[in-house]
Amino acid sequence: MKYLPTVGLEIHSHLATETKIFCGCSTGFGGEPNSHSCPVCLGMPGVLPVLNRRTVELAMRLALRVGGEIRHRSYFARKNYFYPDLPKGYQISMFEYPLIRGGCLEVDTPGGTKFIRLNRIHLEEDAGKLIHQEGHADSYFDVNRCGVPLVEIVTEPDFESLDDISRFLNRLKEILVFSGVSRGNMEQGDIRVDANISIRPEGQKELGTRTEIKNMNSFANVVSAVSYEIDRQTGIVETGGTVVQETLLYDADNDRISPMRSKEEAHDYRYFPEPDLVPIVVSEEWIERVRSELPPLKDEFINRFKVEYMLPDYDSETLAASPDVAVYLDDMVKAGGDPKKSSNWVLGKVLETKIDINEFRKNVPPDELVKLQEFTDDGTISGSIAKMVFDDMAATGKSADVIIKSSGLTQISNRDELEKLARGIIEANPKEVEKYRAGKKQVMGFFVGQVMKLTKGKANPQEVNAIFRELLS
Amino acid sequence: MHVPINTVLKQRKAEGVELYEMTAQDLAKTIRKGKVSAVEAVTSVLTRIEQMEPSVNAYITVMADEALARARELDNRTARGEDIGPLGGVPMGIKDCIILGGARTTAGSRILEHFIPPYDAHVIERLRDAGAVFVGKTNTDEFAMGSTAETSYFGPPKNPHNTGMVTGGSSGGSGAALAAGECIAALGSDTGGSIRQPASFCGVVGIKPTYGRVSRYGLIAYASSLDQIGPMTRTVKDAALVLSVIAGHDRRDSTSLDEPVPDYIAELDHEPRGLKIGLPREYFGEGLDPAVKRITLAAADTLAGDGVEIVDISLPHTGYAIPAYYLLATAEASANLERYDGVRYGHRTKNPANLYEMFARTRSEGFGAEVKRRIMLGTYCLSAGYYDAYYRKAQKVRRLIKDDFDCALKTVDAILAPVSPTPAFPLGSKINDPLQMYLADIYTISLNLAGLPGLTVPAGKINGSLPVGDHPVGDHPVGDLPVGVQFMGRILEEGTLFRLGAALERHIGRFPVVRGEGS
Repeated sequence: MKYLPTVGLEIHSHLATETKIFCGCSTGFGGEPNSHSCPVCLGMPGVLPVLNRRTVELAMRLALRVGGEIRHRSYFARKNYFYPDLPKGYQISMFEYPLIRGGCLEVDTPGGTKFIRLNRIHLEEDAGKLIHQEGHADSYFDVNRCGVPLVEIVTEPDFESLDDISRFLNRLKEILVFSGVSRGNMEQGDIRVDANISIRPEGQKELGTRTEIKNMNSFANVVSAVSYEIDRQTGIVETGGTVVQETLLYDADNDRISPMRSKEEAHDYRYFPEPDLVPIVVSEEWIERVRSELPPLKDEFINRFKVEYMLPDYDSETLAASPDVAVYLDDMVKAGGDPKKSSNWVLGKVLETKIDINEFRKNVPPDELVKLQEFTDDGTISGSIAKMVFDDMAATGKSADVIIKSSGLTQISNRDELEKLARGIIEANPKEVEKYRAGKKQVMGFFVGQVMKLTKGKANPQEVNAIFRELLS
Repeated sequence: MHVPINTVLKQRKAEGVELYEMTAQDLAKTIRKGKVSAVEAVTSVLTRIEQMEPSVNAYITVMADEALARARELDNRTARGEDIGPLGGVPMGIKDCIILGGARTTAGSRILEHFIPPYDAHVIERLRDAGAVFVGKTNTDEFAMGSTAETSYFGPPKNPHNTGMVTGGSSGGSGAALAAGECIAALGSDTGGSIRQPASFCGVVGIKPTYGRVSRYGLIAYASSLDQIGPMTRTVKDAALVLSVIAGHDRRDSTSLDEPVPDYIAELDHEPRGLKIGLPREYFGEGLDPAVKRITLAAADTLAGDGVEIVDISLPHTGYAIPAYYLLATAEASANLERYDGVRYGHRTKNPANLYEMFARTRSEGFGAEVKRRIMLGTYCLSAGYYDAYYRKAQKVRRLIKDDFDCALKTVDAILAPVSPTPAFPLGSKINDPLQMYLADIYTISLNLAGLPGLTVPAGKINGSLPVGDHPVGDHPVGDLPVGVQFMGRILEEGTLFRLGAALERHIGRFPVVRGEGS
């Protein structure tokens, strides 16, 4: 007998906001434990949540990308359970009236485009972190992650192969990251996945009993956990057993699944509407404004770079690998930069700095880098000087103009000055002059190099070349 | 008919009024004019607290040192010619469910016995800016769950008019402190009558503002969709004064209304002539003490004499208010009280064997019987399979009750009703009978469900030693039990209520502070 797997996913993604969903604390990752905290996210008595409206806009971006219905009125709900990482004893989430219903994600597969339907997308707050130290009886609590905003994306059980899952997750991540919805740092837990899995004999319509695997933080783990679970369930059914509804944890290090809680132990979350928050009311105007601000997706960038900017495929794809890099290049071109020269800067010196592009951008805005290129183009400085100026810009945040003026790096194109230097070199090197005149034209490099040495690289090399040719002919 | 109260006041005036007996309005004016200092005012109240507390127990925490330091600071500012605000130097009692930074805030519970919050409620910020001095945190039912303040972990407050009687609740400490001269003005909070009912029992004024009129930021939540902070004072004018300070929008409370605050004090000067008030027939039926009924109807007559039109109205769903309230309030409470888990602050049990035991024992030890009862009721009501039958149905009833009020208030400007079926009753007489206890709020609960404002004003006195139904009205010496009446109004029309309350007060007079050391 052949068994068909049915898989549905729940994806939790952190939203790329500066502050938490219900208070003004930072969402920054890696702060000192409990440094991002206030009475609100600590769940002190008497405090109240206030919705960060940016979270609604980011979720709306996702809805617009996947064709979900943004409901004009939605409500938060309290999800009640006791756990030490949950300060209020309830999580503010959404239940009966989520922000977004429906939607669909197109996934390209070798067999053609597949459509994975979405059930809902809603907003909620993350819990804190518990820190257990070996050898210590006590556990410690870090509140920094409490209240970091999340979207929960719930799919329909539309996955029929492991490949589908992997392609879907990568496509979803691309959309989240390129739409500015999530930073997508997997190692920081920005995207976490739960999977619901069941199997049924081929030919049977009704779905089998499902199990749920919780809290996986890499896509590879999701695929191996689901694969493991399908095998496990198949094994049970084939030996005449029945699959029990339960919640499971996947141990990636040992490729093992262990039970977390059974159906009997399942929480009754006692959801009810959150009385401390008013309904989220979304107008058509708001939706249209968010739509007009939607940043391009990866494909749109690649297309623009290839077709409009005439960049080579390699450049286009490399630049579009990160939305922030792509935007940087785009901004350079919009500031008047030549697309190919701009691409050379970004793929060369800029990425070589290994500085996060958004940090880099604070020191070197795209239009400043375009100006630097212009100084090279108009002969004010040489290409090699430009690279030095770039390093200074990246390190200090000074403008190209200021650096060039203050350090006298302007290229020497003054003919009289250069000719004087050239005559001196010809006089001092009779042997080389002889060689050149005998036809060894490559000696020209030596002459030019000498001038460059004397001018510390500031001489205009084309000009120097021309002068030597004239004097030696 | 109620002249004797005014007579007592006149007599007092002749003897010389103690600072602790003054109204907030008069005291602030006297301090502003430099006739007395804030330190003198605070000292008078603190001395009175020392004298009365052994028999009244109005306070959970007295903040004598902080209050005196603050009074000195205010006096220094006055000396420099600064305006210290409309409540400058006025000693206030704050219900212990309201967060006052740096001071112990317990909500009447063992679970917060040693909790010192590092932040202030919005109302505390507003009052401080207005120059108020906080003399202490007043006694309350645990997490405001009760109708007599007897569920307080710190022992019940006692009614200064007769210390064998309850103060009402849950803001019983604030009511008692006002009646005993242990503060000049106070704050309470009202979820189902917790300001209005103790105000009636203690013979003081109390207003539950429109839901959203006053920010709840810093009010320890009992039932979030019903809770509202409000002033408790000895005169209607003082209530108007305090409300004008604490009302207004606060962005930290999403349910706070962004509407302008009218000049409530100016409202007091408007005669009530031409207003129309309704007497809801459902509030005058079975269970209402005849004397309370007579006092309420007498108040209507008095206002009729001022040119107020009195009509009968109906609020047909009144009978469903208590069941709906006890489903919705307890459902919200069961979630609101989940944060008291022993993890981050408050009581934590000693040496738990595991996590579950820490939660269970911390909460078993930290909460009292009534709080546990309500948590269990609320948890049950939200449980899978029961939600539709209880919580959802109660929400529908709530809508019907609100519609009742909206409909009635289209034809009348305000509603006049008794506050509670009886005057204050003996301590301990209902504490073991929750259903009887819940009935004490039968006339106040609907208003919270509707989100509308309600004002209690003293209207008469009843001889507490006589059997029910045998009380002659009015004309009683000090020592007997006060009874208030309740005005209920349209959304954000607190001004109309003040107008009516002030008119009644002009006829009846305010109740004097209880003299002596209590009985």
